[in-house]
Amino acid sequence: MRILVVDDFSTMRRIVKNLLKDLGFTNTVEADDGKTALPILEKGGVDFLITDWNMPGMTGIDLLKAVRSSPHLANLPVLMVTAEAKREQIIMAAQAGVNGYVIKPFTAATLKEKIEKIFERIDG
Amino acid sequence: MNSDLLSLARDLVSALERSDEAKADEILDQVAGLRETQLFKEIGRLTRQLHDTMVSFSVDSKIAAMAEHDIPDAKERLHYVIAMTEQAADQTLTAVEELMPVSDDLSAQINQLSGQWSRFLDREMPFEEFKAMSADLSQYFEQSRASLDKIQAGLSDILMAQGFQDITGQIIRRVIDLVQDLEGSMVNLIKISSRKISPSTGPAEHPELPGPVVPGVDDRAGDVATSQVDVDDLLSSLGF
Repeated sequence: MRILVVDDFSTMRRIVKNLLKDLGFTNTVEADDGKTALPILEKGGVDFLITDWNMPGMTGIDLLKAVRSSPHLANLPVLMVTAEAKREQIIMAAQAGVNGYVIKPFTAATLKEKIEKIFERIDG
Repeated sequence: MNSDLLSLARDLVSALERSDEAKADEILDQVAGLRETQLFKEIGRLTRQLHDTMVSFSVDSKIAAMAEHDIPDAKERLHYVIAMTEQAADQTLTAVEELMPVSDDLSAQINQLSGQWSRFLDREMPFEEFKAMSADLSQYFEQSRASLDKIQAGLSDILMAQGFQDITGQIIRRVIDLVQDLEGSMVNLIKISSRKISPSTGPAEHPELPGPVVPGVDDRAGDVATSQVDVDDLLSSLGF
């Protein structure tokens, strides 16, 4: 299980990476915005994407849309972890095909729960 | 233009002296035409002045709007930054304070046990004492497992507390944008009031995304999810 963590703040990437390590996911890659994330995804081998929304260059929602419109990435599970909390934004992300939505600040338990829920759906 | 007017006046006098009324009328029309041109120029100047005044007024009202809404908003946002950093520092310090005695106990126990263990290795330990040490060791294993769980939980708390840096960073960036906006508006105002350079008319750039929700500032309209439960409810209402 290879997980790509995309956030423009390196602190947040470290937090998410460490939480993932706690959950047993040690194979992680990082990117600081959608623009740097896309080439990594297109190269292949990433099984799960965790992305922020508000990033310079290319935002998380644009990254999500790019993933969904790419034939070989369309089914990649995507979890959004973001401070963006407007209802219309959450609806927009849902419509763009996000698999889970966590608002910052979040707890380790929340992140764990959402990740497990996504995997349950994929497996089931 | 004055020389035009002068020569026209001379022509008018000579036409009148000659009693050439048709010529005199024609010249009078020409003089009126000249005056009209002048009038249009004056109207043009006044229009320009009005336009400048209107623009300076709109810049002025932008500053007023900033003073009324954006600056108090920014103050609340910065207060929230202080609250978040304080909370993160508290959370980290609490975890450290709770973990120190746990680590001290572990260290004291390990010192005691390693002393006993050396005596055992050196064959200096009577059987009764060995039995007691075995019991101590079992107890130590049990205790250290609990202690390590505590340490793990504390480290996780410290890790999560660092999330403030992302949120406060985003908020501070927005306040910096506001200060830059304000600076630009004030420079424009100064330029206009000294009438040297016309102001740039582009509207201030607003951040595209609403960003972190600051309690008491961004949740007034009731259109934001204020907790993960809100998000989950909204998503489940959408069939998630």
